[in-house]
Amino acid sequence: MLSYLIRRIVNAVITLLVVTMVTFGIFFAVPTITGSDPALLYIGKTADQASLDGIRTKLGLDDPIPVQYGKFIKGLVAGRDYASGNDVTHCDAPCLGYSFKTEQEVTPLLLSDIPVTLSLALGAAVLWVLIGVATGVLSALRRGSFLDRAAMTGALAGVSLPIYFTGQLALLIFIHWLGWLPDTAYTPFLENPASWFTGLILPWVTLAFLFAATYARLTRANMLETLNEDYIRTARSKGLTERTVIGKHGLRAVLTPLVTIFGLDFGTLLAGAILTEQVFNLRGLGYQALTAIRQNDLPVILGVTLLAAIFIVVINLIVDLLYSVIDPRVRLG
Amino acid sequence: MSSTTTGTRPFLEVKDLTVRFETDDGIVQAVSNSSFAVERGKTLGIVGESGSGKSVTSLAVLGLHRTRSNAKVAGEIWLDDQELVTATDEDVRKLRGGKMAMIFQDPLSAMHPYYTVGAQIVEGYRVHHKGVSKKEARTRTIDMLARVGIPQPEKRFNEYGHQFSGGMRQRAMIAMALVNDPQLLIADEPTTALDVTVQAQILDLIRDLQDEFGSAVIMITHDLGVVAELADDVLVMYGGKIIERGPAADVFHEPQHPYTWGLLGSMPRLDRDVRDRLTPVKGTPPSLINLPDGCAFHPRCPYAGRNGNRSFTEVPELRGGVHAVACHLPAEEKRRIFHEEVAPNL
Ligand SMILES: Nc1ncnc2c1ncn2[C@@H]1O[C@H](COP(=O)(O)OP(=O)(O)OP(=O)(O)O)[C@@H](O)[C@H]1O
Ligand code: SF4
Ligand SMILES: [Mg+2]
Repeated sequence: MLSYLIRRIVNAVITLLVVTMVTFGIFFAVPTITGSDPALLYIGKTADQASLDGIRTKLGLDDPIPVQYGKFIKGLVAGRDYASGNDVTHCDAPCLGYSFKTEQEVTPLLLSDIPVTLSLALGAAVLWVLIGVATGVLSALRRGSFLDRAAMTGALAGVSLPIYFTGQLALLIFIHWLGWLPDTAYTPFLENPASWFTGLILPWVTLAFLFAATYARLTRANMLETLNEDYIRTARSKGLTERTVIGKHGLRAVLTPLVTIFGLDFGTLLAGAILTEQVFNLRGLGYQALTAIRQNDLPVILGVTLLAAIFIVVINLIVDLLYSVIDPRVRLG
Repeated sequence: MSSTTTGTRPFLEVKDLTVRFETDDGIVQAVSNSSFAVERGKTLGIVGESGSGKSVTSLAVLGLHRTRSNAKVAGEIWLDDQELVTATDEDVRKLRGGKMAMIFQDPLSAMHPYYTVGAQIVEGYRVHHKGVSKKEARTRTIDMLARVGIPQPEKRFNEYGHQFSGGMRQRAMIAMALVNDPQLLIADEPTTALDVTVQAQILDLIRDLQDEFGSAVIMITHDLGVVAELADDVLVMYGGKIIERGPAADVFHEPQHPYTWGLLGSMPRLDRDVRDRLTPVKGTPPSLINLPDGCAFHPRCPYAGRNGNRSFTEVPELRGGVHAVACHLPAEEKRRIFHEEVAPNL
């Protein structure tokens, strides 16, 4: 168990290192190698030669690539100074970079977006897991019934309709026609929990519809397969009620593999639900990424990319560790 | 075998049991018109090759086809004067694991991968003993594990099925089945995957526990040796039908069905060289969707033509008193063939 734990953690650290190398490679090294001037990318075409040279010195763009990478990692771990003569720009650890275009550190910028994205992802996840699993179980138990067919048709719609379609439709119906909800917006939970809820409910439902569909289909298929397992027959042969057989023995086996998929989905969502944030005008990480791309603000794009990768790696690590708790065959095998 | 005039039924009496499965390929006639009985303290052996309907028969007794929407069960099953085919799901559920219990083929897949062996036994005990605390149930479970010969039961209580060896796993399955002192125990090939020494230990264990509790036991097996050793009565099944039924001694010393002769020929014998020991019955088992006309065994039976055409056209009924057989061959002829042609080669 302990060695498994250590193995997973070491793995995650290595993955993160590889991720920083690749990201660094793309954002710093490739322009250097291909001969385009990265300094130009960082400050924009309109800059004069003096500020271009300043940027070059600050970012150390004339250093060998491994040295640049070393400074980059140092920034992540211990923070760094971008200096050109007396002109020093400080960036605190974990330094994901400095946006010379907007004159601010990337890390605090992104951190301020995390509550929005986290609220969106958490609320949607609660909804889709509950709805998806419940629908899947009921469909499996009433296989072939009207309910099953209706649920599976709905699920098919859910997986195949893109979010900008369902999102716009939801906005149109619930806000413009019915007027049931205020415009979607993010209010910090601690400021006003009710506004937090009403401002996010529509994006949650829309996002949950997409994911719940997949979870319903998976749960249904897993449950049908599980109900044919010998150990389910054993559970029945002991005289357990159908409720215990399905709700305990069946569900336990059905939910375990879902944990992995959930981790992936949740991690991806944390990395920024670009479309959803766009459709509902929420200023989270996805929105930030989009804005940065539009403005060609390389340090922010790099920061979002790295942060997304970190989320995914960390969530995967958590899933792996969780899995070893809930599946004894992994823990002891 | 039929109900007696005094009105007392055997402890378990199965009458005309028929089990069909509707599948995409057609209707599987898995068990047809099976009738048999077992008394308390007695052991009934059921033998027959793979697919002959042994497991389906025992699952029917426990009412475990009820949750399969494609299964149709007909006939009567009387357990201690209660009819089970027409009983409610809830009534049958209460008997399962309590008055009647089953040890399954392949204990690895029969145990839940995510629950400890102990937890699975505790659960079975508590469902039939309402109000028993977890601690009492745990003590009872550890007693049972010790009783079936599992060393260090406190430790093994907290382990999972896949951590057990084959033999230990089967013992744990037995403990699970016996935890509520069932009066009817069905053991479905309890020793198939085990090596010979462990096999013998498991069979001894079942016999000892039966002696202790006076339960009725149904022992399902491919292995006639097991039946010869343990059973009071024997059923031989072929293609979902009982083709020979009687006291074990009679069936072994005067077997009357050509298929049983074939099975006896495939029985391992220690006094022969390994190479000669096993001669399985030639040919393949019949399709249960399209049973052959007449006697289902005729495509594989060396005596099919001996008695005119009846074997090919007419289904032989199970006839006889205590020792009954389903074969068109006349009684004298069967006796003669067995003693002159079959027995010398066994
Ligand atoms: N749920 C089901 N649906 C369709 N057919 C089934 C089902 N369960 C069993 N059968 C069929 O019924 C027949 C009898 O199966 P059964 O499991 O009783 O055989 P068995 O005598 O126990 O064989 P084995 O020695 O291999 O355990 C087989 O042909 C099997 O394919
Ligand atoms: S009825 Fe005919 S085919 Fe069937 S077992 Fe008897 S002799 Fe063989
Ligand atoms: Mg079987």
